[in-house]
Amino acid sequence: MFRTLLIHRLAKPAVHVLCLAPLVWLAWRGFSGDLGANPIEAINRFLGDWALRLLLIALAVTPLRGIFGLNELARFRRMLGLYAFAYVSLHLTNYIAVDQFFDWGEIWKDIVKRTFITVGMIAFILLIPLAVTSTKGMSKRLGGLRWQKLHQVVYGVGVLGVVHFYMMVKADVREPLIYAAILAFLLGWRVVKRFPRNGASRKREKKKSLPDGQVGAASL
Amino acid sequence: MLIKITKPSDAKTSEITPQSLFKDRRRFIKAAAATGAGLAVGPFLMAQEAEAGAKLLGIQKSKWQLPEKEWTPKEDVTEYNNFYEFGTSKESPERNAKKFKPKPWTVKVEGEVDKPGDYDFEDLVRPHQLEERVYRHRCVEAWSMVVPWVGIPLADVIKRMGPTSKAKYVAFETLFDPERMPFQTSSSLDWPYVEGLRMDEAMNPLTLLVTGLYGEELPNQNGAPIRLVTPWKYGFKGIKSIVKISFTEKQPSTTWNKMQPGEYGFYANVNPEVDHPRWSQAKERRIGDFLKSKTLMFNGYADEVASLYSGMDLAENF
Repeated sequence: MFRTLLIHRLAKPAVHVLCLAPLVWLAWRGFSGDLGANPIEAINRFLGDWALRLLLIALAVTPLRGIFGLNELARFRRMLGLYAFAYVSLHLTNYIAVDQFFDWGEIWKDIVKRTFITVGMIAFILLIPLAVTSTKGMSKRLGGLRWQKLHQVVYGVGVLGVVHFYMMVKADVREPLIYAAILAFLLGWRVVKRFPRNGASRKREKKKSLPDGQVGAASL
Repeated sequence: MLIKITKPSDAKTSEITPQSLFKDRRRFIKAAAATGAGLAVGPFLMAQEAEAGAKLLGIQKSKWQLPEKEWTPKEDVTEYNNFYEFGTSKESPERNAKKFKPKPWTVKVEGEVDKPGDYDFEDLVRPHQLEERVYRHRCVEAWSMVVPWVGIPLADVIKRMGPTSKAKYVAFETLFDPERMPFQTSSSLDWPYVEGLRMDEAMNPLTLLVTGLYGEELPNQNGAPIRLVTPWKYGFKGIKSIVKISFTEKQPSTTWNKMQPGEYGFYANVNPEVDHPRWSQAKERRIGDFLKSKTLMFNGYADEVASLYSGMDLAENF
């Protein structure tokens, strides 16, 4: 039942709609004057929150696929990753063009002096090659294994994203800690898969994944 | 989002905020309300405007004034602020402080002082002349407002209490009552909130014990019924809902300084040259403005307060 929903021809359009929904909501709040007294800060927080959420959702695809045996989920991974990148880009654009209004001196000072902004910028820069090589053609040109290796950078980006959020919070760190816990689970699952406790289960793992041409880390 | 049914007795928007104060955002709401789509949402957006509190009587204008067109609209002053006792987001104090009953209220005066004791709010405030003071308000987070406060000079209260020669500092404490201030059950800060001033800072004519804003009683979310305002310092020095004033010989500890000593100092003077470790203090966003503006030394009150710190290294004593 769920499987047929996942492979339905409207499944991808539905995911597009879901991923765009936060933007529509933000626009609605902007037009109806519901962004509070400091709308620029509200927009920045909103875009940052959704960038991180989509990044975690993209990172959840493989574990969910493994845990529930839902291979059909894999077809959404790239678009979720690209939407995360889109929200990160909008978050950064809002910071540069609206919040700082292209005050490059201040922006540069922020990047080199404020650790949480340094961390955020590194995360953004690391995402660029992943977005650029996200097409099927690029994946072929790089070769499957090299492409997989490159795209493992996204784990580091996840960590940097959560650290960026944690560091900018003034006092109540509960929310960033929730994101940290989710990320720890998603990355921890991969570690456990990669290094099973005994050799036997690892062999079984290999055998099982061989038919669809994916070996060990490559499927993580 | 708060949806409120408008009663005929509710204050109209125009009664609260003069038309001239409406900034672009609100002009847009008006424009939207004029269009077809706006017709449906306009009325309840209007109903979100700030509620009117009880008018304060016998307020005297002071020499501290700023043009009315610069005042931050009342709904921004009352719906965007920090008061962690009622939640950590800027909107939560307004939402979560609705049920708070600020009266009856008692302020304990103790320490190095001739007339210690428990003072009822009225007994503390009534002997003094209420003044309107329009001050710039600069938050350590680099946003700012212009607020028409109503209050009494702290110096007048201190003189009446008669501090002894040993009193070198004045310490303040916020109410600690998790049943009335629900977020005191969380550990986001070390409760109760405490603040302090050096005696000469407390005696400075700018220092105000605030009981109102916009000519009305202080709304709960802004620190009812009585709070501190020191306009040349970052906003977190302005301790809210004060229940204790102590006169001390030693420098009292202060909440944010205890929490992050490298980020928040005891003095917390507004200073564009000394950055917060995580962001620049050179500029600020005035609420309602699109572009940031330059932050002024001592928030523009250098003439009144710079002499308090002559010879002090302000980067060291931030």
